[in-house]
Amino acid sequence: MNEAGYRRERLDRGIKVRTDDIFALSSYREILYLTLPRLAAIAALLVFPLLKGVTGIYWQNVVLTACTIALLALSWDLLHSVGLVSLGQAIFFGAGAYATGFFSQHFGWPPLVTIPLATAVGAIFCTVLLYPVLRLRGIYFALITFAMPLLLTRVIEATKILGGNVGMSGLPPLSDTPLDLYLIITVMLICVFGFRRLFDTDYGLVLKAIRENDRSVMAAGFDLQWYRTQAVFIAAIPGAFAGAFLTHYYQFAGLPAFSIEYSILPLASAIVGGPGSFSGVALGAFMLVPLSEALRSFGNLRVVIYSIVVVVFIVILPEGVFNYLQRKYYQIERLVPMEEGGNGQRANIAGS
Amino acid sequence: MDSGPILRAVDLCKDFGGIRAVDRVSFELQKGETLGIIGPNGSGKSTLINLITGFVKPSGGRIFYQGRDITGIAPHKAVMLGMARSFQMPRPFYNMPAYKNLVIPLFSPRTRRLKGGRYGDRDEVAIHLLEDMGFERDSNVPYQPAGVLPHGYVKRLELARCLALEPDLVILDELFSGMSMSEVAGVLPLIERIADEGKTLIMVEHRLRELFRVVDRVIVLNFGRKIAEGAPDVVMANPEVKESYLGSEVEFSA
Repeated sequence: MNEAGYRRERLDRGIKVRTDDIFALSSYREILYLTLPRLAAIAALLVFPLLKGVTGIYWQNVVLTACTIALLALSWDLLHSVGLVSLGQAIFFGAGAYATGFFSQHFGWPPLVTIPLATAVGAIFCTVLLYPVLRLRGIYFALITFAMPLLLTRVIEATKILGGNVGMSGLPPLSDTPLDLYLIITVMLICVFGFRRLFDTDYGLVLKAIRENDRSVMAAGFDLQWYRTQAVFIAAIPGAFAGAFLTHYYQFAGLPAFSIEYSILPLASAIVGGPGSFSGVALGAFMLVPLSEALRSFGNLRVVIYSIVVVVFIVILPEGVFNYLQRKYYQIERLVPMEEGGNGQRANIAGS
Repeated sequence: MDSGPILRAVDLCKDFGGIRAVDRVSFELQKGETLGIIGPNGSGKSTLINLITGFVKPSGGRIFYQGRDITGIAPHKAVMLGMARSFQMPRPFYNMPAYKNLVIPLFSPRTRRLKGGRYGDRDEVAIHLLEDMGFERDSNVPYQPAGVLPHGYVKRLELARCLALEPDLVILDELFSGMSMSEVAGVLPLIERIADEGKTLIMVEHRLRELFRVVDRVIVLNFGRKIAEGAPDVVMANPEVKESYLGSEVEFSA
């Protein structure tokens, strides 16, 4: 127990303190410190599609899937920031998927029209669907969102609308791989940095405040229901886009769009990556999706190993990988001897 | 508009599953007046506040604000009309710096609708306001997360949160509870200033000595009923009031 009598002290690095302020622009070193992590991530994502010859089409697809899961996770994180825990991200995904399927099949519109249209229509549909339950909080809201995709699946099965059990196939494809990969990577980056910026504004501050103490926000004169509705709409946009995009990619819209993996994978990514900062959940998706693919050679053991890895991450880094890395990047830790009396004394007794 | 009372409650009732928390309470409040609401624990003081501000819907009776019926109004609409309330248990936005806590009321539809409310740097306005409330501008206190502030500062923050809304009617629910004597002594002038500025003030309070320094008139509640109303010294001489306070400590000197 060499830590007895010492306590861990965390201090912001000098460069972090400087770059928090106007001095951020005072030297290349500080500019780099501030921008390098995000520039590196952006550059890696933008270069990756060009490396098709090196990585092969398979890993290109994995990154594409990771992007869709990241979009759903971003949507989850936004709802979480407003205090709404969603267990049914598949609603957003499915709504986008079916909307684009419907527009393509019935009107024969090209993907460039149907994808934006389905994103908007799917987001509005989800917002209307969730509007009545927005006054619920915590576990109640979570359970309703969990049930929604199941409900929609049954509705489509029973009424045989939108292709029923069979779904809608033969939808027009997107362009060739580098371009569609670029499309989703761009949208994802816009969402990550757009959401981060949104939550830095006063409007975002109100959204965050709703999660911390909704009664205080009410007492400040905000219509909570209306603000939650706006949050759900904003969160539904990336989710519906992911659904619409993947539908055209696979040229098929059907019941799998509401499957539970589109609810669970974003949730797992968000928890492993670290909710609250948007970059974290995207990082989580880019860790978990490739991990899941890399484990395919283990056959039936894949899910077991995958689950163990997820559990280990959650136990070791409950704050999330991103938040851990960010802390290490911003702060130094050191052990300092504790003052006599108070805590120090107690630690000494415990140590001896 | 100026002639009538700013707030009028008529036969307000609230039942919580068979328990009558507020029982046919009526009162009037003139513009610029300061009113204290006192009573033993569980006498329905906070419920009365919740009824007025729309956080709880009344089971019976009516409330008029500036002559307009606002019975059962949504809380955010009550704020739009110019009411601001504090909570008995202040729960600031713990993870935000203290001044950011004020940006939320400063961003509210009420404040933005006021003249000039859309302009200016809200952070700067917030820090000004906090300085008014005794957060030293040059110290790091306004920039600390609200979660690490001492209780006295949290209460001041709660008061600042109300004032940021530029209200006509300020309702303070047990602002002094849990504060030390010196903390109360620091906040009391702030409240006296609110009253001097001509804002209408309702205070629910257990600390009678401090309360009576501020208010013109008190209402005493017991078991949800209004048992007395009038000037502080008159009310405290009332035998029924003395009886309702029996067993609890009364510190009273007029």
